[in-house]
Amino acid sequence: MITAWARRRSTADHVSGWMLVAPSVLLIGLFGLVPLVWSFAMSFQRNDLQTPAEWVGLHNYDQMLGDPVLVAALRHTLIYTVLFVPLTLVGSLVVAGALNRNIRGISIYRLAVFVPVITSTVATGVIFNFLLDPEYGLANGLLEKVGLPAQGFFSDPDQALYAMVAMTVWGWIGFGALIYLAALQSVPKDLLEAAALDGCGPVRTFWQIQVPQLRPVTAFLTTWLIINALQLFDEVYVTTKGGPLHATTVVVYYLYQQAFQYFHAGYASALACLLFVVIVLVTLIQMRLTRANDESGAA
Amino acid sequence: MSESSVRVSRRPSPWHLVLIPLALVMAAPLIWMVLTSLSSVADTQRFPPGLPSALHWSNFSKAWNQGPFDRWLVNSAVVSIACVISNLVLCSLAAYAFARIRFFGRGVVFVLLLATLMVPFQVVMIPSLVIMRNLGLIDSLPALIAPNLVTPFGIYLLRQFFLSLPIELEEAAVLDGASRLRILRSILLPLMGPPLSTLAILTFLTSWNDFLWPLIVNTSSDVMTVQIGLASFQGAHFTNWPVLMAGTLISQLPLMVLFLVGQRWFVASLATTGIK
Repeated sequence: MITAWARRRSTADHVSGWMLVAPSVLLIGLFGLVPLVWSFAMSFQRNDLQTPAEWVGLHNYDQMLGDPVLVAALRHTLIYTVLFVPLTLVGSLVVAGALNRNIRGISIYRLAVFVPVITSTVATGVIFNFLLDPEYGLANGLLEKVGLPAQGFFSDPDQALYAMVAMTVWGWIGFGALIYLAALQSVPKDLLEAAALDGCGPVRTFWQIQVPQLRPVTAFLTTWLIINALQLFDEVYVTTKGGPLHATTVVVYYLYQQAFQYFHAGYASALACLLFVVIVLVTLIQMRLTRANDESGAA
Repeated sequence: MSESSVRVSRRPSPWHLVLIPLALVMAAPLIWMVLTSLSSVADTQRFPPGLPSALHWSNFSKAWNQGPFDRWLVNSAVVSIACVISNLVLCSLAAYAFARIRFFGRGVVFVLLLATLMVPFQVVMIPSLVIMRNLGLIDSLPALIAPNLVTPFGIYLLRQFFLSLPIELEEAAVLDGASRLRILRSILLPLMGPPLSTLAILTFLTSWNDFLWPLIVNTSSDVMTVQIGLASFQGAHFTNWPVLMAGTLISQLPLMVLFLVGQRWFVASLATTGIK
């Protein structure tokens, strides 16, 4: 009796389970998994997205080795990531620490920090184009006030990448601060009270009691920021278009140019596969570190 | 030590001295956008830059008339709302099945779906474009909606929520022979307010601010979202900063208003991405 009922139940479960996941599986399959495999295949083709594709074996990967623009793009992406990630992390942490108190007007300060989070990358780019305008920009206006010479920013090949870092740090610090603030507010109150009783000042409490509690959040944010830094595109498209003199050509911008300006979709797919491998590695390293952390925390 | 802390609580906190400059630096670019949008072109061609000589509200009507911002905003709204609704429905269905129903292949399928979270969009973008072309959807709003109808992140988020609920809630209904859909609708749906609002807000934000995909798949002005519209507007008005900033402000205003109204929910939703 019971087993017959259970069997009927389980057959019904197979059917209803699949019916419920079918739309999601089909859509994610069609727009996630199929293109992933296809992209891999395309990286072995010469393909301009118009005329029939031609199989060229490892030619695209071979070409990557001797491509000076790619080497420059990789270097720019690396420099950008190495600057952007720690600056955003530390900035977010300090800002969250400052925002984590109950004083009058705190909601206005929080608002000022959080609004850039919802400001689009395009708007950010357009606004900074004007802020950093070499002739009439506010940035050079302020530099002049303190007696410093005007700078070229996005128009100077030696500065453009650093201006990009500054702009995107502004765009991301709110998100980091928001995540850190949520985590700080969940640090147990009695821990803080105990520290205060022991005569620990607010700054020492912050660095020695609260910050160590934030390790899992820091691990998450670091990975998130690295992945986003490696995929930098929107802001470059809106401000420098990779220039001047390729100074801000980063990997994804180069991929975009190869695919949609030069119509080298095969080569662009090989670049995409390279990006994929790097991002999977970053993710796996983070998962590994998180697990190691959890285990050492449990022991 | 304790004496000073008593005194601090009566006077304005010294933290204002840290927070005021901080807030100003963070807000400065947006304040400058607003001030520039009210300036004349001559105001923006002075060095050092300063405040607008008079309030030139006409920049907004110029921007509104020269770029079809109304059209672009409607397009963005249609795409974002469609993605939100579809994600709420499809992710709920799939997440419930993954959390509660034992069906053939569940583990493998779930892992495969989650694995796509690691795939950067740039990797799937070129084949996705070809798929859209084969479906005849290039240069249309459905091209912006179709790939984002459901997200593995949404499925994961809601599945975690279902797993946190006690199974006893559903047991009686299962024994009574209620269908899965009925259980989901009448027992679980009333409890799903918080995770669904989180998913709705994050989906809306992502979709509204999305750039690369709408940039490559739609090239006609009448099917652009407001972000792409703004980028093309910049190309056409590069030297007219006041009108350009007015257009930028118009493009950001809807989301800013939503954020101001629902700041608490926005912040809580964004914070869940960190807690995972």
